[in-house]
This record gives sequence, C-alpha cells and structure tokens, in this order.
Amino acid sequence: MQKWMVLILVVFGLVLPLEARAAPLKLTLTEGVIQPIPYAAPVFVAENSAAEDWSAKITALVIRDLNSSGLFREVSKSKYISQITSFASPVQYSDWKAINVQALVTGAVTISSKDQLVVKFRSYDVFAGQELGDGLQFVGTKDRWRRIAHKVADSLYSRITGESGYFDSRIVYVAEKGPKNAREKALSIMDADGENYRPLTDGKSLVLAPRFSPNGKQILYTSYETGFPRIYLLSLANNRRQVLENQRGTMSFAPRFSPDGGAVVYSVTKGGNTDIYRLVLGSGQSQRLTTVPSIETAPSFSPDGRQIVFESDRSGTQQLYIMPVSGGDPRRISFGKGRYGTPVWSPRGDMIAFTKQSKGRFHIGVMRFDGSEERLLTASFLDEGPTWSPNGRVIMFTRETRGAQGSSGLYSIDVSGRNLKPLRTPHGASDPSWSPLGK
Amino acid sequence: MKIIVSALVVGLVLSGCTGGGGLLDKEDRVGLSGDGSFGQGGNMEPGSIGYFQNSIGDSVFFPVDQSSLTQQAQAMLDVQAEWLIENARSEVLIEGHADEQGTRAYNLALGARRASAVRNYLVSRSVPADQLQIVSFGKERPLEVCSQESCYSQNRRAVTRVSGALAG
Repeated sequence: MQKWMVLILVVFGLVLPLEARAAPLKLTLTEGVIQPIPYAAPVFVAENSAAEDWSAKITALVIRDLNSSGLFREVSKSKYISQITSFASPVQYSDWKAINVQALVTGAVTISSKDQLVVKFRSYDVFAGQELGDGLQFVGTKDRWRRIAHKVADSLYSRITGESGYFDSRIVYVAEKGPKNAREKALSIMDADGENYRPLTDGKSLVLAPRFSPNGKQILYTSYETGFPRIYLLSLANNRRQVLENQRGTMSFAPRFSPDGGAVVYSVTKGGNTDIYRLVLGSGQSQRLTTVPSIETAPSFSPDGRQIVFESDRSGTQQLYIMPVSGGDPRRISFGKGRYGTPVWSPRGDMIAFTKQSKGRFHIGVMRFDGSEERLLTASFLDEGPTWSPNGRVIMFTRETRGAQGSSGLYSIDVSGRNLKPLRTPHGASDPSWSPLGK
Repeated sequence: MKIIVSALVVGLVLSGCTGGGGLLDKEDRVGLSGDGSFGQGGNMEPGSIGYFQNSIGDSVFFPVDQSSLTQQAQAMLDVQAEWLIENARSEVLIEGHADEQGTRAYNLALGARRASAVRNYLVSRSVPADQLQIVSFGKERPLEVCSQESCYSQNRRAVTRVSGALAG
C-alpha cells in the first residue's frame, strides 16, 4: 500500500526544543465533555498553476476530516486577518491569536515534473507562538489525493491529541438492497469517510459480518454460497477466496482474526448447539474452546492475543464472558439488566464495546474489561455490531429503522458518547468492520 | 386507523377475485387448481410438495427466544413425520428463523436451535435422521416485515422444506 507514496520528513528551519514551549497545545482526550479546538487551515498554497485545483480539494478534505472528529472546530476564513500566500513566510501569530485560533495549519501543493502531487504542511501552536512538530511532505499520484489529504489530517490529529488518527482507513461492510424479506447483501469496501465504494461480491449469496485482517489485506466473512453459512477468507489483492470450514451438517459464522493474524476464532453449530472454535491458519487444525450446551458466539480477541471475550446464554440470557485463548473457565463480566452481545475488544485494550438489549431498545455501550464503568452510548429501535476505529476513539455500528420499510445504515459515535452521525453509503449498509490505520 | 386497515383488506380480496394476482388470489390457486409446478401429480395429490406445504403445513412457530416445541407445533410435526415417511424425498431441509429483535450471530444460533428441535422431533417420530439437514437464517429472511409482535410471531419459525424427487 505504501509503494505509491513516499513519505519524506522535512525539517523546515529550526524547531524549538519541547521544553521551551510556554503552554504547548495539547488536547487531552477524556470521556467527559470536550471543547473542540478552534483551528485555521488557509487554502494550501498552489506552488504551480497545475496545482491550483488540487490544493483547494486537498485543503477542503483535511478540514472535513478534522471537523468530522468533533474534536476540532474550523475558524471561518472570513475572520482571517492575515492570509497565507507563501509557504515559506513566517507566521504572524498575533493575527491568528486575535481571532482565537489555537492551531494553525499551512500547506503547499505542487505538481512535480513526474506529474505527482507533492503536499507539504506545517502546523503551529498559535498561543505558544511556535511550530508544532516538523514540516511534513507527502508525495503520491493524483488519483490518491484523498489518501494524501487523510494522511495530512491524521498527522494533525496526532500532533494535537497525542494519539494516532483514523482518517486514512477503510470500512468493509455489507451493502443491502431490496425488500426486507428478500434482502440482497453484497460484501463491500469503502474509505472510512464513505468514498471509493467498491462491491466485493455480487450479492447472489447472502453474506454477513466481514472482518478485516490485522494487515488489512484479507477479509473474513460468512457466506451462504453453499446454502449453509460458512466462513470464507478473501484476499483483497486478487479477490480470491477460500472456505475455512466446510463440514457437512454444520454451520460456521462470526469469525474474527487474532491480533497477529495467524488464527481465527468463530462459532460452529453442530446438532443445534453453537460453540466457539479457534483455527490456526495454514495448519487446518481447529480447537474447540467451549463445550457447553448453550449458545456461545461472537468471539473477539484481546489486543495482546491472550484472552477472548464472547457472548453466551448459559445463564439463561445473553451475557458477556472472558476466557483464556486456549479455552478454560470463562469469567462473566456483564451483570446489568438486559441482554449483552457482540463484544469487541478496543484496540487500546482498556474497553469492550457491545450491543445491549433492554426494555425493547438496543444500545451500543462500552465497559472496562472487568465489567466496570458500563456506559451506554446510543439508544434506538435497533443498534448493533460495534467496530472500533484503529485508534480506539470512535465506534461505528449498524442502525436499523423499524417497520416494513425499515432499512440499515452505518453510524459512528465518539467513545465519549458525543458526535453521533450517519455515514452516507450508496445502498443500505450493515456489519461494518474498521481497517487498521493506513490499510 | 382500524377502518383504514379493514378497507385495505377488502381491497385486496376484491383485486384477488378479479384476477389481479393479489396475495389471496395466489393462495387460492395453489389450493384449488395448481399448475403442476410442485412436482409429480399436481397440488392436490397427497404425495406432492404442494400438498405438504399447504394442506399439512410446513412451518411451526416459537415463543420469544425459545426453541421448545409447543403442543400445536408437535401436532403439526406428527403429521409432517407421517407424510415424510410415506413420501420419502431425497432432500429435506429444516430452516430455522428468528425475529429481528436480536443480534445477528445470536439469532443465527437461535434459528439453529429451532431447526434442530424440529429435526430431533421428526427423528423421534421415525423419520430417518440422514434425510434431514438443518440450516439457520437467523433474522435474515423474515416472512413478515412489520416491526410488531403480529409479524415477529410469524418470523420465529422453523420451515420443513421438501425438494427433489420421490426417493425409491
């Protein structure tokens, strides 16, 4: 994925040592109410005439990304006191301070002699009166302009929050067409902002719940291609797929990769009983991890690969449990009123996102992995299937509307419970899975 | 609201009677005349798949989050079992389904429990086990599309699908 783009770290002039900063700009991400940081991003300077269209598009997308996070607020260009007409000129901090800009981004775009996009940017901590990090430059072919803009936005996000970003990432999901009782479902992929949509299957077979591999190159999913649900492994590079479990008289579903990508956990139903299995890829060896007559499904690894969180109705209703990766005694972690399902371990390791059903409503929620600090982030007729952004800051999920004309769509919400918003997709959409950053 | 609903039903019946291809009209035809597309002998033949679907009934229904068979379901499965033994087919697939009020993976597992309950019951009534396969569609293939109990109760079902030619 990196072949087309060269990342060059360029130090533009003297960077003051960190200790010298008066009050370094730093947004501390907590779960409380966050005041978005006011920032300015003047249109990147087009350094040759061929770059003019591109600089406007790229700047607009950087701004769109930053604003979409809910952590940043763009200060209107109409308020600007000074204009950025040259990338090399020094910044007049007082002009930006006067309009209460805390972070300033300047950039320049050039079309190189090889007809490539060269995008440079610098960021400034206005109130400290100094540059924030070093100048950076991205080079890539024009058709990748969106990725370059996302990378610029990710760098800015990271400089200001101290955490990695998530804009340069993708979503694999299920596109839905047709009436509720004969819905056509096709595996699909798109950028995290909904652009560059591409179907991966033709919709003839029912498909469910795709999951990205940790290297972003493969997709696990469930398909009814044979008439029975089976898990498949799809390679994105050549669109080749192989079935992973194909035992007659069984069904397999709800697959997920281990953090190292070498194993898969999933559910197998035999004789009406559903248990969790682990398959080491390449070996063909699968191990049964649960052996009780209740329903055990929706397994998800901890980021260190040592534990598995899953749902089970062994207590009488769906609840969340954690067990060691090789099986063994599970520990129940959900004790609130209602039913808990579809647990997913956060990439940071500290939280588990889940679907909760209570009093006829569905919620997306999070809790610590010991079951404490449960918080419900959403409520609707039907919310389900959370997936974490690569930095563990945002959760995307499926929301379905009620009734005969009901349809599914994708929504995202900040882990703080703020910034709920729909993601526009060409068709109905369900079962999102977020890729790792830059994949 | 009630008045409007009744008017709609009347409308459907009328359009059915005048041959408009409405829902009721279609069902009538399956029961009364048949077009021979359901295998040998047409629909009124007691050995036909059409007869199994319409005169015996291919679906049993379940309470919320349950997979145990009601007395009504058992009575229907008794008749299904007799028919399946008498008219052994090469392929019998029992589909389990759930209503939309549940998460996707759980509903798949729940539908499998329902299909399995039906399979076990039919086997207990002497239908050869190797003739019966099960599959679950979870909440993916509802029969009725409203978001009310009147539809949910129709969607929590197991359907015995018979296909293929008569064996032997």
